[in-house]
Amino acid sequence: MAIKLYGAPASNATLRAKACLAEKGIEYEFVHVDMSKQEHKSPEFLSRNPFGQVPAFEEGDLKLFESRAITQYLAHTYADKGSDLIIKDPKKMAILAVWIEVESQKFEPASSKLVWELVYKAMFGMTTDEAVVEGNEKKLEQVLDVYESRLSQSKYLGGESFTLADLHHLPNMKYLVGTKTKRLFDARPHVSAWAADILSRPAWVKATTA
Amino acid sequence: MAIKVYGSDFSIGTYRVLLCLAEKDIDFELVTVHLASGEHKKPHILARNPFGQIPAFEDGDIKLFESRAIAQYISRTYADKGTCLINMDPKKAALEAVWIEVEAHHFNRATTALMWELCMKQFLFGQNGDEDIVNAEEKKLVSVLDVYEARLSESKYLGGDSFSLADLSHAPMIKHLMGTEMKRVFDAQPHVSAWVADILSRPACVKVFGVPVY
Repeated sequence: MAIKLYGAPASNATLRAKACLAEKGIEYEFVHVDMSKQEHKSPEFLSRNPFGQVPAFEEGDLKLFESRAITQYLAHTYADKGSDLIIKDPKKMAILAVWIEVESQKFEPASSKLVWELVYKAMFGMTTDEAVVEGNEKKLEQVLDVYESRLSQSKYLGGESFTLADLHHLPNMKYLVGTKTKRLFDARPHVSAWAADILSRPAWVKATTA
Repeated sequence: MAIKVYGSDFSIGTYRVLLCLAEKDIDFELVTVHLASGEHKKPHILARNPFGQIPAFEDGDIKLFESRAIAQYISRTYADKGTCLINMDPKKAALEAVWIEVEAHHFNRATTALMWELCMKQFLFGQNGDEDIVNAEEKKLVSVLDVYEARLSESKYLGGDSFSLADLSHAPMIKHLMGTEMKRVFDAQPHVSAWVADILSRPACVKVFGVPVY
């Protein structure tokens, strides 16, 4: 059954889904949603994602949106293909689920605001609000302090292996290490090593260059 | 008792976990964490949740935090007890997961500030909410509920035909906001309104919160 991913190449949420597809070695058709032409607000696209955001996903008659729902569907459905992105052992899966939520509820809010201010605004010729940057860097530092402690006891966030809990961070982290915010990651040795490790994964490199 | 929940009143996350346990009819011990005295920032709670937040959860030697992760753990581990909260069919579970994410991001962002302005400020400081903030946040909520109205006009519950974690996840925040001026925002959308009445009148919800009076 053919898989289609509807998205925009620079969109961090689209990249999250692409990273997962690449890790699993799954073939798919990428359908470019042209946001400069407001295609994401067209009735056709709104029928795929009523919030008018990328990405959207289709496999046969299954239509999904929300990148983290897409990745979880792929990770469970294609458990035997490519990299293991979830853990079968129920106790370990429970810990993994915690750190998936931590990315979603703690890392995402601060990091996505920083990506907007420091990366996307520049793409659209808008001016960075330094006060917003400063405030969100403080929040991100608090999150990274927790990560530093976690990663000093655990090789990856979810446990001993790379999983969705790490993968979900890739898009925002990729953008942030190209900005002054990189220093926040560099200042924390375990975080820094983990970031370098996951950003150099062949599947991620493939997902961001394809 | 094997299962312990470390939480507090007025904690949406705590209620999310309690609702899940009630739907599954699972016994547990509630350990109250005293927010007003900053207990959640003390070492014994930080050891359970490094972000110093509640709830935290324990089932034997399994220690978890983040209410949505706890809810998923309970739903999976006790799948054959009480209400089924995650569909057995992977494609149906995937649709439920979409709306679990919608709650975690869109609904949560549109309601957290309203909860603070209209509930917490009153409870903690006896203060009224900032009108400008409430007005701005209300617009966000209306916009999100427009999407919910469309969804619920095609689907009995958010994730599909059956009640699931996707619906349960919303209940604590909705319960609190229905006790504020935001009630009219939920009432204004017929399918949303019917869905709210349905999920808040579930026996598990009544057990945790009491019978809705509105």
